Amino acid sequence: METIAAFVLAIIIVAVVLDLLRRKKIREKYAALWLIVGAATVVLGAFPQLLAIAAETVGVTIPSNLLFALGILFVLGVLLHLSVEISSVEDETRALAEEVAILRAQLEALAADRTVPSEKGPADAVRAPMEPHASGHGSTGANGASPVHPPQKQKHP
Amino acid sequence: MPNPSYSRALVIMPAWNEAQTVGNTVRETLALGQRYDVLVVDDGSSDETAAEAAAAGATVLRLPFNLGVGGAMRAGFKYAARTGYDAVVQVDADGQHDPRDIERVLRGLDDADISIGARFADRGEYRVSGPRKWAMQFLAGVISALAKTRLTDVTSGFRAANTRAIAQYLDHYPAEYLGDTIDSLVVAIKSGCRVVQVPVEMRVRQGGTPSHNPTKAAIYLGRSVFALLFALTRRKSGPVHLVGA
Repeated sequence: METIAAFVLAIIIVAVVLDLLRRKKIREKYAALWLIVGAATVVLGAFPQLLAIAAETVGVTIPSNLLFALGILFVLGVLLHLSVEISSVEDETRALAEEVAILRAQLEALAADRTVPSEKGPADAVRAPMEPHASGHGSTGANGASPVHPPQKQKHP
Repeated sequence: MPNPSYSRALVIMPAWNEAQTVGNTVRETLALGQRYDVLVVDDGSSDETAAEAAAAGATVLRLPFNLGVGGAMRAGFKYAARTGYDAVVQVDADGQHDPRDIERVLRGLDDADISIGARFADRGEYRVSGPRKWAMQFLAGVISALAKTRLTDVTSGFRAANTRAIAQYLDHYPAEYLGDTIDSLVVAIKSGCRVVQVPVEMRVRQGGTPSHNPTKAAIYLGRSVFALLFALTRRKSGPVHLVGA
């Protein structure tokens, strides 16, 4: 009875993961992990004596303890992995937010420039990044920036 | 003033729900400025911060959500690098930093890459006590040794950077709590940026209340030591180009 329950559970896990993968709800790199777990559960469900053999080999008295220990280790690993992933996603989000903010400022400056053509102030800030300006590559301080930016004068309509 | 080490400076003000004070601070800064432009980084405010800042004459970067001071500053550095400013100075939007000290802090760049406006350096009224003070002294001691110069206020947000420091910041500028002051400074020093300290006065805050809570002070101590230890073990940034001469 127990073996059947474990077996069915494992099959369900594998089926769910495959379905998520099919519907693109989960990326392959994460799915692989769960498929391995599912497969291991299927094998253990089918041949429970394997667990006992494994426990004896590594010197664990009660086979279920080996299972718990492995389970906890696995969950820890997954959590750690997710933390790393989320950190990198956060970094990417941050970079996007910066990008969006800068683009929006430039867009507004552009729009302002168009409605009031005589005012050139803020639009220079828009044009500047599109030119490879000298200041980034060791020119002799001959202000790569200042021709682009006329002194002071920030106008906002 | 003769021969400043930069041609155009960008004053970056990270602002989060500072509608009450940001307008004034911007106007005060622009009123001084011969060579400054003001960039207010609106850090996902829910009030009129962005509108107030724009009305006062600042360029405004509107972050779509709150990123913290570190995140706001990084956006500001990115903007400065792209638009070709060769010096930036960070100023609090709440008016605690006196805009008249901006020039003084920027002049620190004449012989360094990063210039810190320090609050205790023989000027002004700013005082702290208890664990917070010990934390600051400890941090100042360690970072002074690292920078090979005497620094007394390493958590000050009133600081200027030249192109070299901006390039380094773009590579590494953490957004975590205290990372924007301690971590960024330590990694900048490791990466070869020179740091100086310039004495400035702090003004009383124009809004909000300062925290004199012992629990908060203790947490501050813990987190700052933590931030420092991590910063010390970080790798330095890749080669940073030296710009100009």
